[in-house]
Amino acid sequence: MSAEVTLTIDGQQVKAVAGEKLLFVALNNGIYIPHLCAIAEEERPSACCRLCFVEIEGLSRPVTACTQKVRDKMTVRTRTPKVDRLVKTGFELLLSDHRLQCRTCPKNGACQLQMVARERGLKLKTGRFKPLAKDIPVDHSPETFSFDAGRCVLCGQCVHADQNIARVGAINFINRGLKRKIGTFNNRCLRDSPCTECGLCVKACPVGALTFKT
Amino acid sequence: MKMPEEEREVILSQVGEVLKDFRLSRESLIPVLQKVQEKLGYLPVLAMEKVAGDLGIPAVDVFGVASFYNQFRFNPPGENEIKVCMGTACYIAGGKIALDSFERRLEIKEGETTADRKYSLERVACVGCCTMAPVVVVNDKVEGHVTPTRVDGILLGLETGRQNEGTGRDGEGRQNR
Repeated sequence: MSAEVTLTIDGQQVKAVAGEKLLFVALNNGIYIPHLCAIAEEERPSACCRLCFVEIEGLSRPVTACTQKVRDKMTVRTRTPKVDRLVKTGFELLLSDHRLQCRTCPKNGACQLQMVARERGLKLKTGRFKPLAKDIPVDHSPETFSFDAGRCVLCGQCVHADQNIARVGAINFINRGLKRKIGTFNNRCLRDSPCTECGLCVKACPVGALTFKT
Repeated sequence: MKMPEEEREVILSQVGEVLKDFRLSRESLIPVLQKVQEKLGYLPVLAMEKVAGDLGIPAVDVFGVASFYNQFRFNPPGENEIKVCMGTACYIAGGKIALDSFERRLEIKEGETTADRKYSLERVACVGCCTMAPVVVVNDKVEGHVTPTRVDGILLGLETGRQNEGTGRDGEGRQNR
């Protein structure tokens, strides 16, 4: 099972264990691919952030790196016109319903959206898409952290932390379409949910949606 | 909203009855919710908590699934069910205005039921008579070309209709005008 494979990412020879996901192989070898929703342990990733596109030789279209298992002699390119275009559009769509107030955001400087923008030379602005304000009140009810759904990118990292690591089951995705958000049972505030304030979800959040109180 | 004790017991016994026919695992969730709604007409919070407990899954997962699908409702159907069409033709012709009018008059949001359970308000997608857009279906009766004035008329009609039966109050429609 643990056969070693050799693949080429952006001209760089990389060794990996067969069956590993391409995204994490690249990241472990210092090759940055934008990503928000990827979870290494997940067998079937949700691939919902649509940022980790790469082109693989032999495949006609760009694919998400988080869903691809590495194969021997795979040739991967992380920057091609097709990839850049997809990532740009995906990124702009994410920003279109993200409350962009970086200067007042507690995650300023450590935010994964800023990281993507920096690495790929993208603007932290909604260009083509009309900003879609989510006016969901911030939940300040927990003692140690706050949840601001207006900054949430629906990556699902907190849900994974809550359900599969902490095994609490306080939060999950609720509603559908534009109203989709991370929520609790019957839209209760977190204090009235089974939340134990373990803080794992806050640490997992790549953006400024879940932040510790200072 | 406080729920009377007997209503709680009805809900719990009905849900218990439904759960007898299913394997108690996550896979049964959607069929169970469908059956519960079939029996109770909606999914009360208490019922969802009971389902979650018995299936051994977090309550938020039940709520997540139930809020994802349009077929599930969280409020009891009202005595008068008002369905506002939001199909393309009705939307263009001002269905949203009709819906807003109902929301203002009844002081509820779409998908909700008035506290006295006399009215419930829903949005539906195309009832199949686009020439009459915007369309509202009131207790299975189709009303066409619904303007805000017509909304008042419909509600007044329902109020006075009930007055004839001797159970209603004076029309709210007139008081608020």
